[in-house]
Amino acid sequence: MNAIEFIISGMLAAATPFLLAALGELVVERAGVLNLGVEGLMAFGAVLAFIIVYHGGGHFLGFVVAGLGGAALSLVFAIVVIGFRANQVATGLAIGILGQGLSALFGKTYESLTVKALPKIAFPWLSEIPVVGGLFNQDIVVWISLVATFGIWAMFTYTKLGLVVRAVGENPKAAHAIGYSVIAVRVTAIAFGGAMAGFAGAYAAVIYTPLWADGMIAGRGWIAIALVVFGTWLTGRVFLGACLFGAVSLTGFAAQATGMDVPSQLLSSLPYLITIIVLGIISADRRLLKLNGVASLGEPFER
Amino acid sequence: MSVWSMAFLPNLVRRERASLKATLLAPVVALAVAIVLNLGLYVLMGRDPVAVIYAMLFEPFLSWASFSEVLLKAGPLLLIAQGLAIGFRAKVFNIGAEGQFILGAIFASAIPVWFPQATGQWIWPAMLLLGAIGGALWASITAFWRVRLNANEILVSLMLSLVAAQLLNYLLLGPWKDPNGFNFPQSVMFQYDAMVPTLISGTRVNVSLLITLALSLAAWVFMQKSFAGYKLQVSGLAPRAASYAGFNENWAIWLSLLIGGFAAGLAGAAEVAGPLGQLQRSISTGYGYAAIIVAYLGGLHPLGIVVSALVMAVIYIGGDNAMVSANLPIAAVRVFQGSLLLAYLVTVAFVRYRLQWAQAIKKTAHRSPS
Repeated sequence: MNAIEFIISGMLAAATPFLLAALGELVVERAGVLNLGVEGLMAFGAVLAFIIVYHGGGHFLGFVVAGLGGAALSLVFAIVVIGFRANQVATGLAIGILGQGLSALFGKTYESLTVKALPKIAFPWLSEIPVVGGLFNQDIVVWISLVATFGIWAMFTYTKLGLVVRAVGENPKAAHAIGYSVIAVRVTAIAFGGAMAGFAGAYAAVIYTPLWADGMIAGRGWIAIALVVFGTWLTGRVFLGACLFGAVSLTGFAAQATGMDVPSQLLSSLPYLITIIVLGIISADRRLLKLNGVASLGEPFER
Repeated sequence: MSVWSMAFLPNLVRRERASLKATLLAPVVALAVAIVLNLGLYVLMGRDPVAVIYAMLFEPFLSWASFSEVLLKAGPLLLIAQGLAIGFRAKVFNIGAEGQFILGAIFASAIPVWFPQATGQWIWPAMLLLGAIGGALWASITAFWRVRLNANEILVSLMLSLVAAQLLNYLLLGPWKDPNGFNFPQSVMFQYDAMVPTLISGTRVNVSLLITLALSLAAWVFMQKSFAGYKLQVSGLAPRAASYAGFNENWAIWLSLLIGGFAAGLAGAAEVAGPLGQLQRSISTGYGYAAIIVAYLGGLHPLGIVVSALVMAVIYIGGDNAMVSANLPIAAVRVFQGSLLLAYLVTVAFVRYRLQWAQAIKKTAHRSPS
């Protein structure tokens, strides 16, 4: 397998933690809330899933518990920012620190232990195409994530629910005036985002790298938040961005495999450097951000 | 409005004015709440809560030796938080102090690493200055990205912290590794003149604590007495009013980030030229992130931050004690930090708002057909 084939076949799996977390944050931000705690929510979900799977609970239960854990922790965020109208930036950071702390605390006795990942499911015919065939040979969670991406896109594009979420984010006062509960929509969106971050962490810990190491999320939650900006709050573009970062995170392995003499630290920081560069390029187009951005993002709603 | 959201969430009524007493009480209540919550967690984990409390909150004060360690820990937290608070007041969210701290440590280490034979009283002051410049330079990347490219400073400054950690690893595993260091990822031990002089003999507390206190005073004068500080606060509180008054937003962003980076870089330099005496991988135990909590807990006020930095230092030292004597994992410190900030953000709501709880609202909710 050459480097290109390696990246093509592994890209979707590498992208999945970014994708799941970014889709969750997309819904949260569309509802007008900025949750910066994604990194901590992912770390929390990751440790819960790892513990369940390690003790033989199975991957399905691991994901369920990770999702519930992420949702529960994000509801703490919801109570503080919506119930008490606290600063969303500070609260998100606090949830992030708390989630990472709990993750390290619970995971302490599991350091360096491993679990079994899931088998891959291949599309007949398609997976045998040369070069790009690996794209069609993925585990079940990757396939579900693709369906979820489509589902969220369809929700925002075609359903009343999607319209309500967007209305709450664009103009909460107007949404409230026509009878929608801004608070209920936002709390639900935050819980959904937390569950997705939990799933993302679970995928990272029990499928993508089925080995427990403290700090294993390694900035992926922050990149997921950046992906929402890259995607200018559009589902399809968030998906493309996640794929790009999936590919980028594999170039390190690919480069090392081909024997390139690049410091490993430079390869490790590649996703962060690319985030910084792309963030600069996309944000420089102020018109684009204004057009697609969420008007009430980060502002508390006062009745 | 659905009934269920009302049952969980209080109705907030803005107070005419926040009382000084409530403002001062909020962080104290938050600390008490965080202590109770975390003790509950320790009990669940099967630890003896009395032993943990003793180790965490009393032991740091029981001997001069351990209290001096608290002072030592408080230094970098105080310095970084003072710098960050100035930016937070201007609504410039520099959360990358960790990276600016690391760059400060790297810049300062350049002198003893490259000139290990150099002697003279100029070395440690030059290191501190160089470190501060390094931190400010690292922060200026974020400022440039925000001002010229309109990029979110939260994400850029955080990403730069992750890059800084990799840069540190690269130096310590490669060009700056001590050739006689048994392959440990650390630089050579610095020469005597590269060390900040000790302030209190018999302890590790050094002159940088005086510099930190002097800069805290300077921060108070700047924020409370100077016109530039006033302009920064206005641009944070009322950005529109600030722009009508001709205060330049870009100026506020540059100034906030440069001050924050300068302070964090100085703290990083003081750490390698002080208690550590060499550049190591573990130069920071999350100071850059803990300082964010210190800044908020101190009410973003220069004097409040002096107190909250001491509190946070006690938690750090106490956490180390509890790790040894009560077998508490060190990650418990991070859990404590996160829950402390959350508790503070909730208690501050009581300063700003009067709360109407569900009982009062339920009656109306039952009557109205929602």
